[in-house]
Amino acid sequence: MAGFLFRRVFGFALTLFIAALAIFLLLDILPGDPARFILGINASPESVNALREQMGLNLPIWQRFFSWIGGVMVGDFGISHSQATPVLELIKERLVVSFPLAIFAMIISIMLGLPIGIFAARRRGKISDSLFMTLAQIGVAIPSFWFGMLLVLLFSVKLGWLPTGGFISWQDDFFAGLKSLILPSFALALPQAAILARVMRTALVDVSSADYIRTAQAKGLTKGQAILRHGVQNAMLPVLTILGLQFAFLIAGTIIIENVFYLPGLGKLIFTAISERDLILVRGALIVLIMAVTFTMLITDLLYALIDPRLRSRTRQ
Amino acid sequence: MFIQQIKKSLAIFAFLTLAITGAFAQSSEVNLGMVLEPPHLDPTAGAAAAIDEIVYANIFEGLTRIDENGAVLSSLASSWDISNDNLNYTFYLRDNVTFHDGTKFDAKDVVFSFERAMADDSVNAQKGIFAVIEEVRAIDAKTLAIQLKRPAGDFLFNIGRGDAIIVSRNNFENNKTHPIGTGPFKFISWNKGSRVVLEAYENYTGEPVSLKKAVFTFISDPNTAIAAMLAGDIDGFPIFPAPEAMDVFANDNRFNVIIGTTEGETILATNNKRAPFDNLLVRQAIAHTIDRKAIIDGAMFGYGTPIGSHFAPHNPYYVDKVNTYPLDLEKAKVLLAEAGYPEGFKATLKLPPPSYARRGGQIIASQLRQVGIELELINIEWAQWLEEVFSKKDYDLSIVSHVEPFDIGIYANPDYYFQFDNEDFRAIMSQLGNTTDDGGRRALSYYAQDFLARHAVNGYLFQLAKTGVYNADLQGMWANAPIEGNDLSQMKWTK
Repeated sequence: MAGFLFRRVFGFALTLFIAALAIFLLLDILPGDPARFILGINASPESVNALREQMGLNLPIWQRFFSWIGGVMVGDFGISHSQATPVLELIKERLVVSFPLAIFAMIISIMLGLPIGIFAARRRGKISDSLFMTLAQIGVAIPSFWFGMLLVLLFSVKLGWLPTGGFISWQDDFFAGLKSLILPSFALALPQAAILARVMRTALVDVSSADYIRTAQAKGLTKGQAILRHGVQNAMLPVLTILGLQFAFLIAGTIIIENVFYLPGLGKLIFTAISERDLILVRGALIVLIMAVTFTMLITDLLYALIDPRLRSRTRQ
Repeated sequence: MFIQQIKKSLAIFAFLTLAITGAFAQSSEVNLGMVLEPPHLDPTAGAAAAIDEIVYANIFEGLTRIDENGAVLSSLASSWDISNDNLNYTFYLRDNVTFHDGTKFDAKDVVFSFERAMADDSVNAQKGIFAVIEEVRAIDAKTLAIQLKRPAGDFLFNIGRGDAIIVSRNNFENNKTHPIGTGPFKFISWNKGSRVVLEAYENYTGEPVSLKKAVFTFISDPNTAIAAMLAGDIDGFPIFPAPEAMDVFANDNRFNVIIGTTEGETILATNNKRAPFDNLLVRQAIAHTIDRKAIIDGAMFGYGTPIGSHFAPHNPYYVDKVNTYPLDLEKAKVLLAEAGYPEGFKATLKLPPPSYARRGGQIIASQLRQVGIELELINIEWAQWLEEVFSKKDYDLSIVSHVEPFDIGIYANPDYYFQFDNEDFRAIMSQLGNTTDDGGRRALSYYAQDFLARHAVNGYLFQLAKTGVYNADLQGMWANAPIEGNDLSQMKWTK
């Protein structure tokens, strides 16, 4: 178990380092001088160069990379050029929107996806199965921003129950904040729930013909009981893999959803920062996202080991 | 681009399939939508239009202010005298004015604000408008004297712009995040990425305002903007991001569509130092090929006014030069042959993000193809545009809207990115700067417009329209945008 843990954590650190390097290099070759962008079209070349000097843009690339990564490791993400505020502060401000959004979406997709998958698997070949799977197929095909717009048209424009977007901060009004995350979380969750339902169904169908289910039935359980007691746990393995991947999709999806619902989240922050060439802010925000995603992967791997004892014993040998 | 088109068609489909109803609540509160969020809220330290669109005439006031038609009105200065030689201005300041932090405003604040803008380390984006000032002096607490180096006909207009607002000399450091001004509305809060909230300032001594609270909400996605208007979450968009949606609102009596003009001359920017565009015949050929109406209809859904030179049609000195080189493809081909390009040539067209550029670029490319000019369209972001086109002048053609008021003077700068280097034009401009009488300024402005049109320095396309959408019960909004700003002081609910 210790070896397994060590390898996973080492892989986690290595992934982070490579990702950080890639972000840094990619953003560095992006055309567009941040100093010129800040000072606008009337500024003189001298003042642009002075600002470049001030921002450290004239140093060699490796020196800039190591001073940045060194700062990140001790929690110093630098200062945003465009907003003159520490990057970490800006990210924290936005995480209180994006993180709950991703979590809500995750919960909704699990609460919808898994029961539908189990239900469809138990009714395999019946009309209700085909109906749910057709819906799931449509759900997979619908992009979340389009689904978000449909939700807005129905629940905000037509019924007037929920706001079309925007966000009231948690401190101002907790329930209003909650309310403004309902539609975006559903928009984000539904395509994921559809994928989850399909994976769950396939996994369950696979295990339902397994020997241990037949054995369980022979011992007196009905097929349904056997699947619920023994099948679901085994079917969870592929589902868990997908869930880990989905969290990454959810986080990436917030960028689009936050623009559709004009939410002040991390995705919106990155979107604006890229167009304003606030490179230090983009780098900081991206590294936080990558940390979140790789950390989820790590957790998924560890959970995998918990659910599947074979993984643990294999590493022990 | 492709995804945007899918989004757009899906959005239109959605509107067709769902009938629309909604209820509106009325109060003394207004919620306005803006496409871009400002980087900060200090208009004396940045060029971003979004700053002025929140703070101008609401939080901050200048000595004068500009109305929706570009006229100069009194503001912190209730009146003024001008000496006969047009060099000495005496301003009489309004009584009992206080800043939002409760401190008293007096002439020393004006001196401080102007000297700060004129200083060597000033970061004012329009530092040039203070260049004519020789001295600013407080005669007493309520009287101010300004001496100019030379007569300047546009001085009273310029000091009414957002860049020349008056800040408190004791409390100005935090204006970027917590602006303190003398205006009818005070700053309450700014949720980054989301909205800015203002409330009526209880001790305001100018014209009383009707609104008690104003919220500016930032919505960048055009489809969301449509939904937010239809749902009544937003009471108005002073500049609606999607001209294609204007019909949805125009045909709905719950909304009031207000079309006005802006200072944005939209041009086919041309690199005058790069072959073949250094050849007047080639530029004339392009001018003969451009069909402005097709561009306005296709790119702007009909919103926009054709222009023939670099001058706003609502300006009193405007003269119509649209027909300097009328649409004539045969003539264009003859001119190209004469210039040595009988088969036409290939060039690039760099397009920044706004839809006037991206959509307009496609239309212009198809128009120029008719005379053999093949354009390669290159989409770029603003940051790239600033670097490649504006700074390095590495471009053939580009499409940009120039939004500064009365900015014909940029053609006198040979290093400006058009690279139009013309001694005669520089002479006209310097003469205009020294002329203060109305007749003289008018004649010179006419001449300058004609000069640029004849030299076909750039392709002159159209004046950008201001496409506002508001709740039908809201009144007192600016139709035009002679300067950037959303003046809330006259806004009120009729129901």
